[in-house]
Amino acid sequence: MKTFEIQNVKDTRSGFGEGLHELGKSNPRTVALCADLIGSLKMDAFKKDFPERFFQVGIAEANMMGIAAGLTIGGWIPFTGTFANFSTGRVYDQIRQSIAYSGKNVKICASHAGITLGEDGATHQILEDIGMMKMLPGMTVINPCDFNQTKAATLAIAELNGPVYLRFGRPAVPNFTDANAKFEIGKALMLSEGTDVSIFATGHLVWKAIEAGHILAKKGISAEVINIHTIKPLDVDAILNSVRKTRCVVTAEEHQMNGGLGDSVAQVLALNYPAPIEYVAVNDSFGESGTPDELMVKYGLDKSNIVDAALKAISRKA
Amino acid sequence: MIDTKPLQHTSTQVRRDVLRMVHGCKSGHPGGSLGCADFLTALYFHIMEHNTNFKMDGTNEDVFFLSNGHISPVFYSVLARSGYFPISELKTFRRLNTRLQGHPTTHEHLPGVRIASGSLGQGVSVAIGAALAKKLNNDDKIVYALMGDGEIEEGQNWEAFMYAAHNKVDNLIVTIDYNGQQIDGSTQNVMGIGEDIEAKLTAFGWKVYKMNGHSFPEIIDVMERAKRQTGHGQPIFIIMKTEMGYPIDFMMGSHKWHGVAPNDAELEKALSQLPSSLGDY
Repeated sequence: MKTFEIQNVKDTRSGFGEGLHELGKSNPRTVALCADLIGSLKMDAFKKDFPERFFQVGIAEANMMGIAAGLTIGGWIPFTGTFANFSTGRVYDQIRQSIAYSGKNVKICASHAGITLGEDGATHQILEDIGMMKMLPGMTVINPCDFNQTKAATLAIAELNGPVYLRFGRPAVPNFTDANAKFEIGKALMLSEGTDVSIFATGHLVWKAIEAGHILAKKGISAEVINIHTIKPLDVDAILNSVRKTRCVVTAEEHQMNGGLGDSVAQVLALNYPAPIEYVAVNDSFGESGTPDELMVKYGLDKSNIVDAALKAISRKA
Repeated sequence: MIDTKPLQHTSTQVRRDVLRMVHGCKSGHPGGSLGCADFLTALYFHIMEHNTNFKMDGTNEDVFFLSNGHISPVFYSVLARSGYFPISELKTFRRLNTRLQGHPTTHEHLPGVRIASGSLGQGVSVAIGAALAKKLNNDDKIVYALMGDGEIEEGQNWEAFMYAAHNKVDNLIVTIDYNGQQIDGSTQNVMGIGEDIEAKLTAFGWKVYKMNGHSFPEIIDVMERAKRQTGHGQPIFIIMKTEMGYPIDFMMGSHKWHGVAPNDAELEKALSQLPSSLGDY
């Protein structure tokens, strides 16, 4: 199992903020909108340096999505910023009609996704957003794993002509990917090759999957760990190439079991190469208040859950 | 004073198109379409500076957004009669593989349509975004939008009203089709808000005008005044009084013809009240 050096511990939302600020300089068609969460979304630097291209919309997310759709009609590339909960479920119909069905080039940038939002509790901890967004025809869905990758993804989505859902989080997490790596939308990243089980992880669960891989290695199990940062379009070839070798799968995500990465991978397996699959995800439940670490343990999203899931998947191989 | 007779001829033909379109596919929304025929005819044939060689960005031309997408028949007819696409295509309305979907969409690339609408309450926000884009582009043309009065019950509109006034989006003219009817009855019975729209929008910080949506001289006069008012720090709102189903005698006076197509006899009776002017599709 390959070892990764932790460069520092940083929140993914700050990667978004830095990427957006860089885009402000490098792409003069970039505009940003925020619904009263500039500090939380780390949009301060963009607002300060490009005030004429920044729009504070207040606590009015539906209007924000509509304005963003309208801005594209004049050739601008809008990045909307608010919590993942208010970026998706609250405005699903606005995204569906004014952005996705209308084919508008809006980048929906969503922070505080998942249970690691922590103490604010279940009202704010959305665990259904990947499912909602991936069901929309034409929507690209991206969930990067650390600061560097979130920054790179922010830069990359500006180059894609079409609606994108970019999901990131609140807590500081290990920053370990190459700061100079170019983000390739739709291309899964092989982190460590293995032969006994494929672990497909997204977002904050990628680092947990690496930790689980090391624990499994000590047990004599060779895990292949792949970072699925783009959930839609899914890198089907990377998944199948890995499973043909390992013949069993674990998926890991900070999301409901229903409708998340795991379901997307299960669909690929069922249609192409049936193999045992175990989900590390929240099992049809809302979250609650607590620290991010406490919640990850309580809701079964820790490295030990990935290890257990891997052992179970391996035991189910024909 | 301009001669409004050509506009009258066009709107009569547009109304014939509307009735024949909804009759042809036995579905659609004739009531509000008939009510807005004069306004949209005036807008596309007299008021807006627009280019029928359609470009999505709409730079350096006036652009229009239909928020109450269910009155698609009148929108499609006016677009076709303006030259955006062949008039003969109107016969495909709501039929399989058509670009003229039940509610307007960009998805099938129909020239003249810049946003999907139909799920109500979203058009004003989109229009604000397009107006902001024009300002960023140093484009001094105007963004127009039309919404329904039942539609104003959707909360997103009030978010949009708040935003546009606070941010002085003054290159935007929103017209409301104030016909007092919605699917379940009169707006006063369903959700009594109508009589206060002027006071509410004024309080929000919009410049409000009122006009009779069935008088071309009045539409032109008010819209010209509204155009002159752009660039003065306020978004502009026009309360347009119309009659759902106008001028078909048996279609006016209630909400009954909001979303019902006429049968053969009803179509014949209705068309007899609208002498063909430009030729049917």
